[in-house]
Amino acid sequence: MSDGNQPPVDFKVVGQRPIRPDGVDKVTGRAQFGADFHLPGMLTGRIKRSPHAHARIVSIDASAAEKLPGVKAIVTGVDLDVGAGGDIEAGEHAAAMKDVAANVLAGDKVFYQGHAVAAVAATSPEVAAEALDLIVVTYEILPHVIDVDEAMMPGAPVLHDDMYTKGVTPKPAKPSNVAQRHVMGRGDVKAAFASAGVVIEGRYTTAAVHQGYIEPHACVASWGADGQSTIWCSSQGQFLVRAMTARILNLPLSDLKVIPAEIGGGFGGKTTVYLEPVALALSRKCGRPVKLVMSREEVFLASGPTSGASMDIKLAATKDGKITAAEMELRYQAGAFAGSPVNLGCMTAFACYDVENLALVGLDVVSNRPKVAAYRAPGAPMAAFAVESAIDDLARKLDMDPIDLRILNAVKDGAKTVYGATVRYSAFIETLEAVKAHPHYKAKLKPGQARGVAAGFWFNIGGESSAAVHVDEDGGATVVSSNPDIGGSRASMAMMAAETLGLPIERVRCTIADTTSIGFSGSTGGSRVTFATGMAVVEAAQKVVADLKRRAAQTWECDIAHVEWRDGVATCLDPSKNVKPLSMKVLASKSAKTGGPIAAEVSLNAQGAAAGYGVHVCDLEIDAETGRTTVVRYTAAQDVGRAIHPAYVEGQLQGGAAQGVGWALNEEYVYNKQGLLDNASFLDYRMPVASDLPMIDTILVEAKPNPRHPYGAKGVGEVPIVPPLAAVSNAVSALVGKRMTALPLSPVSVLAAMGKG
Amino acid sequence: MSGVEYISPGTVAEAISALQAAGGNGRLLAGGTDLLVQMRGGRAKPKVVIDLKGIPGIAAIREEAGGFIIGAAASGALIGEHEGLRKAWPGVVEAANLIGSTQVQGRASLGGNLCNASPAADSVPALIAAGAICVIAGPNGQREAPVETIQSGPGKTTLGKDEVLMAFKLPKRPAHSGDAYLRLIPRTEMDIAVVGAAVSVTLDAPGKCISARVSIGAVAPTALLVETAGSALVGSSFDDVALANLEAAVAVACKPISDKRGTIEYRTKVAAVLARRAALIARDRAQGSDRAQGAAS
Repeated sequence: MSDGNQPPVDFKVVGQRPIRPDGVDKVTGRAQFGADFHLPGMLTGRIKRSPHAHARIVSIDASAAEKLPGVKAIVTGVDLDVGAGGDIEAGEHAAAMKDVAANVLAGDKVFYQGHAVAAVAATSPEVAAEALDLIVVTYEILPHVIDVDEAMMPGAPVLHDDMYTKGVTPKPAKPSNVAQRHVMGRGDVKAAFASAGVVIEGRYTTAAVHQGYIEPHACVASWGADGQSTIWCSSQGQFLVRAMTARILNLPLSDLKVIPAEIGGGFGGKTTVYLEPVALALSRKCGRPVKLVMSREEVFLASGPTSGASMDIKLAATKDGKITAAEMELRYQAGAFAGSPVNLGCMTAFACYDVENLALVGLDVVSNRPKVAAYRAPGAPMAAFAVESAIDDLARKLDMDPIDLRILNAVKDGAKTVYGATVRYSAFIETLEAVKAHPHYKAKLKPGQARGVAAGFWFNIGGESSAAVHVDEDGGATVVSSNPDIGGSRASMAMMAAETLGLPIERVRCTIADTTSIGFSGSTGGSRVTFATGMAVVEAAQKVVADLKRRAAQTWECDIAHVEWRDGVATCLDPSKNVKPLSMKVLASKSAKTGGPIAAEVSLNAQGAAAGYGVHVCDLEIDAETGRTTVVRYTAAQDVGRAIHPAYVEGQLQGGAAQGVGWALNEEYVYNKQGLLDNASFLDYRMPVASDLPMIDTILVEAKPNPRHPYGAKGVGEVPIVPPLAAVSNAVSALVGKRMTALPLSPVSVLAAMGKG
Repeated sequence: MSGVEYISPGTVAEAISALQAAGGNGRLLAGGTDLLVQMRGGRAKPKVVIDLKGIPGIAAIREEAGGFIIGAAASGALIGEHEGLRKAWPGVVEAANLIGSTQVQGRASLGGNLCNASPAADSVPALIAAGAICVIAGPNGQREAPVETIQSGPGKTTLGKDEVLMAFKLPKRPAHSGDAYLRLIPRTEMDIAVVGAAVSVTLDAPGKCISARVSIGAVAPTALLVETAGSALVGSSFDDVALANLEAAVAVACKPISDKRGTIEYRTKVAAVLARRAALIARDRAQGSDRAQGAAS
C-alpha cells in the first residue's frame, strides 16, 4: 500500500503496475537458471573441499583419481594464473584478485571448512563423486579462530603471515588478523562528551548471516579449441564474471563470452566468482564443456555470508535530545581474506543524523570462516543495529517519542556526511513524518505487546551502464539491458523506454544481453540498475525519439523544430504544411527510406544517485514461558524518490524487512569447537518462512523525486534491510525489560534474558 | 562405481528376503523423506533400497475392534484426512501433520518417523502417549511391541536386521479421552522440534483424570515415556498442584544436551511448560472442547 501519492498525471506508464514480463516463465518453470544449461558432451564437475577450519596443504595426490575411468580433468590451485593480482572494482567493493583466486582454489593453506582444494570433471556425477574420494590431500592442521574479538587477541592464530594492519602508522611490527583500520570523524568528541547532558553506552554483536538466495551457484563453461570460451552462469553481473574469470586464468577479455542465465536471487552474494574459473580451468584441460553446481551445503560452507560484527558505541546528547557526539568502534568479520564492509558500516552508521562530533574506527578482521560477500546494503545493518539501539535507549532515558527524537536529529539537505558527501534530495524527515501519521503508529498495543522503531540509510550508487533501444519494423521496441534482472528491472527498463517513446508497455520488451552484445556495465548491485541503467535506457530512447522526429521532418520537408513527438506519434506543427501525423508504426515501416534501421545504444557513467532513508515499525509479542517471539504487525516506510513500478518497490521493502527480521530473530552461523559449521542447511539456518511474518505494510514516500534521474528514481533495494534489526530488537528489549545487545534474539537467548532460561 | 538397487516387493515376505539378501546394505523405504535426503547428502549409502509401499495395506488406515491400525507407510496427508482418527486421536494426527511441508506430508509416514530414530521425531511422543503398539514382521512371523521400546538412541532402533515395521495399533478410546502434542520450534513451520511433549488422558464423568500418559521428545537420546508425570495427573482435576507435579516430573526426566538448537536449561524448562500446556489441551479435548485443535506452542 502506498501513502496515497498518485503518479503525476503527465506519466502514462511510469508509476503504473503492469504484470512482470518474466513472470510467466518463472511460474511455469520455463525460465533457464544457472543449472538448466546442457551441452553435448558436457561433463559433471565436483569440488573437493577442506574438512578443516585451518590447515596447511602438505600434498595433494590425485594419481588414483586420474586413473579412474570417466575422469577427464582434475585441477588444483596451481592451474590458476592470476599473475600480478591487483584489484577489480566489484560494485560496492574492490576485490583483490589474488585472494579471489586463492578462494576459488586454495594455495598452500586452507582457511575454512569447505575451502575448495581440487576439482574434477567426469562423465557422470557418480564418477565425479568417486574421484573426489580418491584424491588424497594431506593436511597439517593448524589452530583456528572463529570469533572476531578472539581473532584480534594477542596469541590468536594468525591466518596470513603477510597481513600487516593497513591504516596504522608506523606499520605494525608483527602480522595480525586485522587487515585494515579505518578511521573517520570530525569535530571535538572529547569536549562534547565532557559537556554532555546524557551519555548512552553499549556493546553490540551480530552473527554472520547468509543471503539465502534460493538458487545455488551454478555454471557451464566451455573452452574452445581456438582459445575462445563461453560461460553460462547465474550471477549479478556477466561483465564481472568475465573480468574475474579472465584475470584468474590470465585470458584476454575478448576471448571470453559470458551469457547471463536467469538468477534465482543474489542479494549481493553473486557479485563474485566461485565456480566459473574452476569450470573453465577444467574445460581447458579436457576440451569438453563442464558444469559445476553447488549443493545447498556448499553454498553455506563456501560462498560468502556477510560479516558478523562486534561494536562499541557511545552517544552524547543534550537533555533535550540533540545528539552532540558519537564514538564507535566497529569490528567486522571479513572471513578468510581481507575485505569486510566495515568501512561502509562506519560511513552509514550516523548517515541519518546530523551529529557535529564523530569518531569512528572500523576494523576489518580475518578469521577461519568463508570470505564474506556483499549482502544487501553491505555493512550498514549491523552498524544501524548498534546506533538505533542506542538512540532507542536515549529516547527511553529522556522519555521522548522515538520518532520525534529522530526528527530532531535528522539530517537535512546541505549537511555534510562524515565521508564527505553533501546530503541532497533527501526525504528522511518526510519519511519519519509519514510513519508518525500512519495508522500503525497510532494503533494501541495489546497487553504483552511492544513496538520498536528504527531508521536506516543507504547511499545507492550510479556508475557505468549500457543500454540499447531498437525500434522493431512493426513499430514496437526492444530494450537491451546490460544487467541481470533480479528485482524486476526488465519491467522498469521497459516502462521507462515506453514512457519516453510514447508506446504502451505491451509494445516494449526487454532482454538481457551477453558480454559481446552490449557495452560494458557494472553489476546489478548497489541499488544502481533502475537509476544508472535506467538512465542509459532513457537516453537511448530519447535518441530514438530525436531520430524519429528527424525522419518525420525529412518526410514532411519541414524544420525539425516543428515536429512534436507525443504518445508515439509525430505531429507537424508547421501551419503551412497540410500533413497527417506519422505514427511510430509508419515511421518504422519506412525506415529504409529515411536512413535505415532505427536504434540507439548509450553507454554512460551515471552520476547523481540519491541516498535512500527507511523507517520501520515492528509490533511483536513474546511467549514469556518459551522466549518465542511473534511479529504481529510490521510497516516499512521509505524515501524512494519516485517509484517506477510501485508494486516492485513495495516488494523490495517487504523482502528487505523479511530478511532483516530473520537476521534479528534466528539466523546465525553456528560453529563447533573444531571450527566447523554446525548448521549448513536451511533446517538449522533459520530464515523466516512465510507464516512467520505478518503482511508487511509499506509506505512509499515520493516527496523528493531525484532530479538527476529522468523519472526521479532512487535506488530502493538495499535501504529496507537496514532498519529491521533494531526495529525488532527495540521491541524485544521493551518486553524483556532490558536492552538486548546480541543478535539473533532466538527463543533460547530471549528466555535467558528474561531470567527464566 | 556401483549404483543403488531399487526393489519394490509385493509382500512382506519378499521384503524380508530382500533385506536378508542385502546383508546389512539394505534400507527400507517408506515415504523416503528422511532416507532420500540422507542418501543425497552422503550420510546413508545403501546398496539396496526396498520400497515398502507395494505391500498391501502398509500405506492404509483401517478401523479394527473400535481402534485403528495405521499402516507404517501411511502418509501424513492420509492420516490428516481421516475423520475417525482425527476425532479419536487428535494429538497423534497433529503430531503426524507437523512433519515437513505440505508436499512432504504427501509422503512422510509414522513408520519412517519412528525408524529414522531422531530424538526430535514429532509423531513419536504422541504415539507413546497414545499407548500405540507396533506390529513388526520378521522371518519367524509377527510380534508386537510398544512404541517406546523401539528407539534405542539417535539413529538406532531395537528392530532386528531382518524385521519390518508394518503398522501401529491404536486402542479403542474410552469415553472422555483426549490427547495433544506440542513442540517448540523457533519458526512457525518447516522446522525441527527443540522440545516436544505429548499427553493423553482419560477422565471420569465429573472431569477427574483417571489415566494419563506423558511423553517428551528432543530432551534425551530417545523420546521418553514419563510415567511419573502421568501419575502426577491421575486422580487430579488438573489443579495447580497436579500441574506443578507434572512439570517437576518432566523436568527430572529430561536428559537433554546443549546443541545448536537449544541448551540443557532451555530444553528442560520448556519441556515442562509444553507438557503442562499439552495436558490442559488434552483435558479440554477429553471434555469435548476442541478449541486447541492444531495449536502450536
